[in-house]
Amino acid sequence: MQTPQNLKYTSSDEWLLLEGKIATLGVTDYAQDQLSDVVFCEIAVGVGDTLDKNSIVATIESVKAAADVKTPVAGRVTEINEELANMPEVINTDPFGAAWMLKFELSDPAELDSLMDAEAYKAFCETRGH
Amino acid sequence: MYIPHTEAETSEMLKSIGVKQISDLFNDVPLKHRFSRLAIPPGVTEMEVLEELKEYAAANEQAGELACFLGAGVYNHYVPAAVDSLLRRGEFYTAYTPYQPEISQGTLQAIFEFQTLIANLTGMEVTNASHYDGATATAEAGVMAYHHFRGKRPKIVLSSAVHPQYREVLCSYLCGYEDIHIETAGKGESALSHPDNLLKLIDQETALVVVQYPDFLGRIFDFRNLVKTAHEQGALVAVVVNPIALGLLTPPGEIDADIVVGEGQPLGIPMSFGGPYLGFFATRKEYVRKMSGRLVGETTDAQGRRGYVLTLTAREQHIRREKATSNICSNQGLIALATTIHMSLLGKNGLKQVAGLCYHKAHYAAKEIAKLPGFEVIGAEPFFNEFMVKCPKDVATLNYDLLDLGFLGGYDLRKEYPELKNHMLVAVTEMNSREEIDDFVQALKEVSDD
Repeated sequence: MQTPQNLKYTSSDEWLLLEGKIATLGVTDYAQDQLSDVVFCEIAVGVGDTLDKNSIVATIESVKAAADVKTPVAGRVTEINEELANMPEVINTDPFGAAWMLKFELSDPAELDSLMDAEAYKAFCETRGH
Repeated sequence: MYIPHTEAETSEMLKSIGVKQISDLFNDVPLKHRFSRLAIPPGVTEMEVLEELKEYAAANEQAGELACFLGAGVYNHYVPAAVDSLLRRGEFYTAYTPYQPEISQGTLQAIFEFQTLIANLTGMEVTNASHYDGATATAEAGVMAYHHFRGKRPKIVLSSAVHPQYREVLCSYLCGYEDIHIETAGKGESALSHPDNLLKLIDQETALVVVQYPDFLGRIFDFRNLVKTAHEQGALVAVVVNPIALGLLTPPGEIDADIVVGEGQPLGIPMSFGGPYLGFFATRKEYVRKMSGRLVGETTDAQGRRGYVLTLTAREQHIRREKATSNICSNQGLIALATTIHMSLLGKNGLKQVAGLCYHKAHYAAKEIAKLPGFEVIGAEPFFNEFMVKCPKDVATLNYDLLDLGFLGGYDLRKEYPELKNHMLVAVTEMNSREEIDDFVQALKEVSDD
């Protein structure tokens, strides 16, 4: 299981990359492994939308489950990954790269501090049974 | 009914929700609509009770024994005996799809065939496994459009010539969505207004425009202009259809409709005093993930054999209840099967033939009724098997007298459209022989002369 060092993680298995005031969001390697083969992904927000903390930003469906993707922090959407709808399988093959879902400008970058770092997330995943 | 709870469990449950007895849960239903005890005197035998009930039943007038010219959404069509005898096979007794649906390949195949036939008939790409009836299928179109735009388009534009009960059910389904706003066109105008009057209501806020084809008043309009306008504004269009009429008319799929819904009753379901019926729902593939209900797909198994599966189940209630886009999880399986058998028996040409018979007989009836003094066939638009007649007298009075002569007269439009006083909606099907139509015309003359 991969947990890149430069990312922040949530307990609901999203990752965030912070570059300046812009955060990129996706789901983790652990999440894609739990979901198994992803067949569909829909980004539920558009550029310019204001995101509240814990609001749903995307929906993923795999052959065995459907899951919502949430943002742990507030912000305003600046870009969405239009390609993802056409190739949802990259969520399985490249969760931290091509499977990024959206970029948004954080209202308060300090909010990210409450999230887990790679070590904490890795430990958190290990405590969870299957 | 089998209820597995013990008395102790039941009283514990009632106590925890603060209710004294089970009947208190039904307090919102007015007393007169609740089932009351039958007033059977003590000591009366089963034989005597049955005899008395039979007498009551014999007082009913049955549509099957009358000459029926009533439609308004439910139609008197012939159902071949094969439909019922196949339907009653033991294998089909349980219409419910089991929780491991793939074990019931026969059930799934029947649903798949149903979906295919409806998709072909409507000219659409995808059909779901059915709804309760035409009204609930129409309501689901509203739900789907709302979710398609993620609630960002709050307006639904309804034509006043959509079946009044369908409009009511749509409003009931959507009244829980605080932000939805339903505009019924033609309010304040005559119910006879042209659907182009809807155009001015369609804007960037509009999620869905709902029209009917042929409409509730029997008229057939070309909706191409309306579809174009709606699409220019980014809105979806749902067309409510009579499936028999599609044996003759251009299917809505060909005029770019986004959703086609309707009542399946004319396809092999007896009128049965109001149900059970069948709703069908067809749409384009791009909306399939927002479509309510379930969908059966065809696939091949590991050994390359053909098989049927439930697809898109990840969004169903039992997996993701709070995110399910509708609460239809099961379906009208047995009724859908009857419709499937009926359509297969008719075939493409049979359906055309039934539609042709309905059309020609209705036009013959309209021509003859128009000759009667005091009667006028309303509307310059083409019609299928139903048309409006302006009568010299109140329709309820005419219908009462017609019943004495053995005729079930047309629908009294004043009930739903106060401005259409003395307007009767007459329906004709292949069941009405030419002789019966002539007798009906004669009877209309008699009852209006009194």
